Amino acid sequence: MGELIRVIANPSFVDKLLQQTLIHLSLSGAAVALAILVAVPAGIWLTRAPRLAEPVMTAVGLLQTIPSVALLAFMIPLVGIGTPPALLALFLYALLPILRNTYIGIREVDPAAKEAGRGMGMTSWQMLVMVELPLAFRVMMSGIRVSTVLIIGWATLAAFVGGGGLGDTIMTGFAMVSTGHILAGGIPVTLMALCADFVLGRLEKVVTPRGIRV
Amino acid sequence: MVRFEHVSKVYAGGQKAVDDLSLTIERGEFVCFIGPSGCGKTTTMKMINRLHEPTAGTISVNGQDIMQMDPVELRRSIGYVIQQIGLFPHMTIAQNVELVPRLLGWDAARRQQRINELMPMVGLDPAIYRDRYPKELSGGQQQRVGVIRALAAEPDLILMDEPFGALDPITRETLQDELKRLQAKLKKTIIFVTHDMDEALKLADRIVVMKEGRAHQVATPEELLRSPKDEFVAQFIGRDRLSENPSTLLVREIMHRRLVTVDPKHGIAEAVVTMRQRHVNSVLVTDEQDRLLGIVTAKEIEEVKRGTVADVMRTDVPTVLPDAHARDAIGRMYLDGLDHLPVVDEQRVLVGLITRSSVAEVLSRSAWQDGGAA
Repeated sequence: MGELIRVIANPSFVDKLLQQTLIHLSLSGAAVALAILVAVPAGIWLTRAPRLAEPVMTAVGLLQTIPSVALLAFMIPLVGIGTPPALLALFLYALLPILRNTYIGIREVDPAAKEAGRGMGMTSWQMLVMVELPLAFRVMMSGIRVSTVLIIGWATLAAFVGGGGLGDTIMTGFAMVSTGHILAGGIPVTLMALCADFVLGRLEKVVTPRGIRV
Repeated sequence: MVRFEHVSKVYAGGQKAVDDLSLTIERGEFVCFIGPSGCGKTTTMKMINRLHEPTAGTISVNGQDIMQMDPVELRRSIGYVIQQIGLFPHMTIAQNVELVPRLLGWDAARRQQRINELMPMVGLDPAIYRDRYPKELSGGQQQRVGVIRALAAEPDLILMDEPFGALDPITRETLQDELKRLQAKLKKTIIFVTHDMDEALKLADRIVVMKEGRAHQVATPEELLRSPKDEFVAQFIGRDRLSENPSTLLVREIMHRRLVTVDPKHGIAEAVVTMRQRHVNSVLVTDEQDRLLGIVTAKEIEEVKRGTVADVMRTDVPTVLPDAHARDAIGRMYLDGLDHLPVVDEQRVLVGLITRSSVAEVLSRSAWQDGGAA
């Protein structure tokens, strides 16, 4: 604890830490946002082409099993060092929970509601917008939440490929065998992940229509 | 109104669901399709709004070949009610009811007016229920909403797929009565699928008995009872109903079979919820083997507010065997002033329940027979 206080007593270090926090946040945010943009439409599309769902889900799941440091390393020959490999790797990790929850959320909408909608003359688009998405929303949101928390943690590794963020401070801590540095980098990451979980959890509740709240 | 001409439906696996069906349904007619499961009755109905498409033959609605019509427009012009009710849980009752008008582009004022017309028709006060969500309503109320939702855009034709099949007997009878009343007033053409002969006899102008994808016999309820075409139809109607004489009826022939029961380990609050949902003022208590343990009534629960069902149930319940004469059972109910009499077998396994409405049914059957004989 004393070590931590000694490290953060230095104002220029605090400045650096704030900057790293911002980078960390924007890197995670961008990765999740990109993943939502890709995985939500892809998940919806898979519910329309269920035969492809299994292979696509397996392929995306496979990405998840590649050790994160290795995945980051793979990115370097492809897109160089710095932010791009970090962003790309985090984006790939963020895909699966969102894709899977979008697909499952929509597929598990009560068949009775779908049959009623179709029988009443909804077009496929109306069915999606008026019935399937609202009813799948909660499951989709929880996929986004899982992804976000995961990515905030994993973004620490961005430092390995020069992507910056709080991982820099933690790596410095390793190099200098300084518990203070490790804590100074690690605690904000943890707090960020907890905050994101809390905020997205609240959001999920607020936007869930009253009729399907449990 | 609806005309089937040599319609067949063969599923992708080669299974023949409907086989060369020809039938004309007149405007304003209430037609029930009935038959054992797998006879093609539901498939036949779902071909009318193109949820299934025929593989041969033509179906026309109002003289128009439905295969030439846009399926979405066709469906919006036909009311549709399903057994699982299928209300949208994230929409309020009003939003559910106004759905088809909204799809058709009616303006808000007109939709509003329509909701206010429809809800009272099934005894739901718009002021109380319009902004509630489906899960806040009982099963019977939900299906009432299902029915008016199908009526909302004023279709001439309504398809109903076992709409009351999942409701308890008392609610089911009430909804049947309401539907009959609505039909008398609105004169819609209704195509109603059921596997319950009582329901078909009660509601239909004409009954289509289906067997293996064919219209096996098409007749009015009276004709069907008087001259069933063969053994299959006779059996479906039920031998007892044909030759029945109230003085020889057995308990098993008049008892209700769908029962509301609770587990003795359940809390009292749970029993209250069950009673409220099913609109009953008493529930039977059974163990895992369905053996009757006792009965809990609303009165007893009011006195004791906490604990489990086992604590408050009355165990000295008079019962009757399924093979006893109905006459004797009814006599006992009147003598002892009972509202209901559980039917149990030798192992005390609960198999049915006789209520005051079963008694009324026996009386009405005998009255109908007298009328028929005269």
